[in-house]
Amino acid sequence: MQVNEGFKPTIVAFCCNWCSYAGADLAGNNRLNYPAEVKIIRVPCSCRVNPMFILRAFQRGADGVIICGCHPGDCHYTSGNYYTRRRMSLLFSMLDYLGIERERTRLEWVSAAEGAKFAATMNDFVEQVTKLGENKRLEDLRCKQ
Amino acid sequence: MQTVTKEMLIAKAAELLDNGSVTRVFGWQKGEFDYDVTPALFHSAAEMEKDFVWNDFCGANFSKYLIKDKGEGKVLVFLKPCDTYSFNQLLTEHRFDREKVYAVGIPCDGMADIRLIKEEAGEGVTGVDTEGDELVVHTLYDGDIRLNRGDFLAERCKVCKSKKHVAYDELMGDDGEIADSARFDEVAKLEAMSADERFAFWQNELSRCIRCNACRDVCPACSCEKCVFGNPKSGVENKAASDSFEEKMFHIIRAFHVAGRCTDCGECSRVCPQHIPLHLLNRKFIKDIDTFYGEYQAGAEVGSRAPLVDYTEGDIEPSKAVERGGANA
Amino acid sequence: MQRIGVFVCWCGTNIAGTVDVVKVAQTLANEPGVVFSADYQYMCSQAGQDMIKEAVKKHKLTGLVICSCSPRMHEATFRKTAAAAGLNPYMVEIANIREQCSWVHKEMPIGTEKAIILGKAAVAKVNLNAPLTPGESPVTKRALVIGGGIAGIQTALDIADAGFPVDIVEKLPTIGGKMAQLDKTFPTLDCAACILTPKMVDAGQHEKIRIFSYSEVTDIGGFVGNFHVTIKKKARYVREDLCTGCGLCTEKCPQKKVPNEFNLGMDTRRAIYIPFAQAVPKIAAIDEDYCTMLKTGKCGVCAKVCTAGAIDYKQQDEYITVDYGAIVAATGYNPISMDKFDEFAYSQSKDVITSLEFERLTNAAGPTAGKLLRPSDGKHPHTIVFVQCVGSRCSGADKGKEYCSKICCMYTAKHAMLTRDKYPDTDVYVFYIDVRTPGKNFDEFYRRAVEEYGVHYIKGMVGKVTPDGDKLVVQASDLLAGKQMKIDADLVVLAAAIEPDKSARPLATLLTASMDTNDFFTEAHPKLRPVESPTAGVFLSGTCQGPKDIPETVSQAGAAASKVIGLLAKDKLMGNPCVAHSDEMMCNGCSSCEKVCPYGAITYADKEYRMPDRTTKVRRVAVVNEAVCQGCGCCTVACPSGAMDLKGFASAQIMAEVDAICK
Repeated sequence: MQVNEGFKPTIVAFCCNWCSYAGADLAGNNRLNYPAEVKIIRVPCSCRVNPMFILRAFQRGADGVIICGCHPGDCHYTSGNYYTRRRMSLLFSMLDYLGIERERTRLEWVSAAEGAKFAATMNDFVEQVTKLGENKRLEDLRCKQ
Repeated sequence: MQTVTKEMLIAKAAELLDNGSVTRVFGWQKGEFDYDVTPALFHSAAEMEKDFVWNDFCGANFSKYLIKDKGEGKVLVFLKPCDTYSFNQLLTEHRFDREKVYAVGIPCDGMADIRLIKEEAGEGVTGVDTEGDELVVHTLYDGDIRLNRGDFLAERCKVCKSKKHVAYDELMGDDGEIADSARFDEVAKLEAMSADERFAFWQNELSRCIRCNACRDVCPACSCEKCVFGNPKSGVENKAASDSFEEKMFHIIRAFHVAGRCTDCGECSRVCPQHIPLHLLNRKFIKDIDTFYGEYQAGAEVGSRAPLVDYTEGDIEPSKAVERGGANA
Repeated sequence: MQRIGVFVCWCGTNIAGTVDVVKVAQTLANEPGVVFSADYQYMCSQAGQDMIKEAVKKHKLTGLVICSCSPRMHEATFRKTAAAAGLNPYMVEIANIREQCSWVHKEMPIGTEKAIILGKAAVAKVNLNAPLTPGESPVTKRALVIGGGIAGIQTALDIADAGFPVDIVEKLPTIGGKMAQLDKTFPTLDCAACILTPKMVDAGQHEKIRIFSYSEVTDIGGFVGNFHVTIKKKARYVREDLCTGCGLCTEKCPQKKVPNEFNLGMDTRRAIYIPFAQAVPKIAAIDEDYCTMLKTGKCGVCAKVCTAGAIDYKQQDEYITVDYGAIVAATGYNPISMDKFDEFAYSQSKDVITSLEFERLTNAAGPTAGKLLRPSDGKHPHTIVFVQCVGSRCSGADKGKEYCSKICCMYTAKHAMLTRDKYPDTDVYVFYIDVRTPGKNFDEFYRRAVEEYGVHYIKGMVGKVTPDGDKLVVQASDLLAGKQMKIDADLVVLAAAIEPDKSARPLATLLTASMDTNDFFTEAHPKLRPVESPTAGVFLSGTCQGPKDIPETVSQAGAAASKVIGLLAKDKLMGNPCVAHSDEMMCNGCSSCEKVCPYGAITYADKEYRMPDRTTKVRRVAVVNEAVCQGCGCCTVACPSGAMDLKGFASAQIMAEVDAICK
């Protein structure tokens, strides 16, 4: 990484209890490294993630927010992740429309068996957000320059 | 030029009040000037003769008032075509009792925007009359000024989505058609900007917000019993001074909460004292919904399933959605 | 204000190797609400748990944060510890500092810093925790099975054998379903009736089984353990308590021209009838569409000949309401209509038949007494063409179904083999797209048809069937030989796709059970909970869940029964306390939550409220059935007003975690 060396982003990861949180545990079991900037919040299902939580994270200084859920078709609650997908498609597109870098948000499907995918996803996401640098934009959205 | 006249509306109301079909009437009431129109509840033809008005400034959408309406018998409500979409959407959400309402659909030839008129005519506008395709603006200092009516319509009327009523008990005048409107052009223009330009645009617009809540209070979709921003348990309730979260995220969250339910009536932008183009947030969601999930017009029919409480197994992934949403990277 | 105790586990060196546990404990001691903080080598050990219990007593703790391994590992353990110490078990939160911290980070300062933040988030959450108690509801120890085919019969027998009463509701006058119409069964070729009818008799005679034949479910209320079901017993104009099933009426009835649905309309029956000889219950029924007495009031022959006096022309539909703890859907399938497949001349020629009709033509109890004769002229066919995948695996699905009907390859191999066995002078062709025979002894069976019985299997589809005199000209392509074929056939048999019975969709609505786009019932989980519906207390048996053959159906029926038995064996159901809850004063009654709930756990009630302006108002509000809610939280986001929240994962709690992490 050439840009922003030394910058440690704050990353919030919402993980569904049944697949992605278990996937994160598996990454731990297999001692697969990913940056400590990632902090996981456990939710029963990705569909529990309210867009307000994401905006709150950004406003409180998060530099990136990632939501992880079961693969489509595998939701423990049968359909929760389908709703998540619609909600996040619209929310992310709106954030992009407001001029917030689209690389700061991500929705990823990680199964309980995909410890390696979890670690790889987090490595990639942290690298991506680190390149962007600090997220001032959402915090400043209503402030005059 | 409105094809149905004020006199015709009063006569219709008088007839319905007389024969006991309704006991009260939601209608527009004139204020200090003809163009200062406010929503009001009338109980007799006499009251209406005195204060009721129907002119090019009757933008107010009465659908939302039906939620809190109470009283014996039915209430008469006049609905312009765009109002009927909110009417249906609120019915879909079980927000009022259809049996308690007598809806009269009235044609609308678009509503004028007094801000644009004042910008053109300058100080001291005392009244505006409509003569054919022209607006006659009466001013204190410059006498009468004649303006081309079409140029001074509200933005939402210039890109009117429908002259067709989707709900009514009775229709006055002729019904129109659903228009192939250019209402997403402004959104597309924003999308064509760079991310930095977009951020600058919104920062400039939203920084003017004084959190007066007028947009929320007028919005038919924003009709919650209690708003999340007033609910201590939501975790976002706080006065603006002590928690900047509420201030900064208010408009984004509000737009998300009404996504899929917003009929694009445009009332939010009409009432904003700071002239923030709030409808551009809602229209972005509508445009995205149309692009991602197929065209959907909230309120077009009662009982339709809103896109955010629905899904298909092959829905677009957010990463692709952001690209297809049309905004510049 | 909570009094929180923080317990940091070393997990030997698993955590302590990368995380400075002492520093974590010391730092968290300064967090709001924390009154006690300690670290220990193995928190989950008996000594560790005792330490927690002592601290709870000594420091009057109201909430616990355990910084340890994943909650998926030991959350249950520490909840039990809390309960043993007199705390509500849901006052415990785990900070996962092993799998998600010490095991994925290598440097002590980084691991320590992250562990502290994860601990702070857990403390922030516990500060907002409230004691939760799982709801309890009693269980009605009776099951309902809807559908009396082999799936329903097997499920009912298994439940009844375990000692629980079961009712079967069957819309036809007899149980037995499609299997009763079959001739032989693959791959063993034993006769369907020989293996099915004893089970029908068992079901009919079982002291724990009641059969409501000629009946339908018209309403379902309640929830898991407590369903209230209304059953409509259609008027059959024959008193069930008096009819002996002697069958005299069915011989004397003068109305002889009624198409016999049991033989798929290939022969006729009387207006009063018993569907087939082994029917259970063996009770006659009058077909009101054809009975002269019911239509004109003139006849009454059956009443005259009935020595039991069972005929009652004035009988009315009867509605009864019964309570059940569990409901099993076993509504079965039907072959699809051949209306859209006119290229096969089904409507033009009597000699183009479906495979189910072929079953009846070869069945000893069928219209031809088991002799394979052409329906048009009663002659023995010498050339038979079987067409596979008629309506199955259709792309686009405007004409047929996108799915594979699964059973056609095997029954066609059976038909072809049996024909060649009984009538060696017959030429048999089978046109197929693929032959799919995965199953025990299935492929061997198909190969026998080809290798031992000389059935001509041709890869390719039939394009057109044209009746020509007493022949059927079959035009087809042989894809392997790369040529067009023309066969003069005497009989064409179409392997029609199967689809769920039409009664399934309305039933799913009554059950608030979900269905896929093909109207098959959806499983609670396609791999792990294949016999349960997402709606608690509703189970799936047989082809209503997807195409399957008899052995699969019977296995699934047994699996569904074991799930039902497991449910009925409980006296009380303990719910998951982390369920959705609606604040009625904030609820708009807009139905958004109800629309996204996969379990049908949300209903609406009109309730009267005292409003702030001292008036009363009737408002429509959402009500969550805690026994049905599974706690996904989807409704909480659909709710625009935020009236809906999730216990244990409340919005304010998650926000507090976000704040703690982002500070």
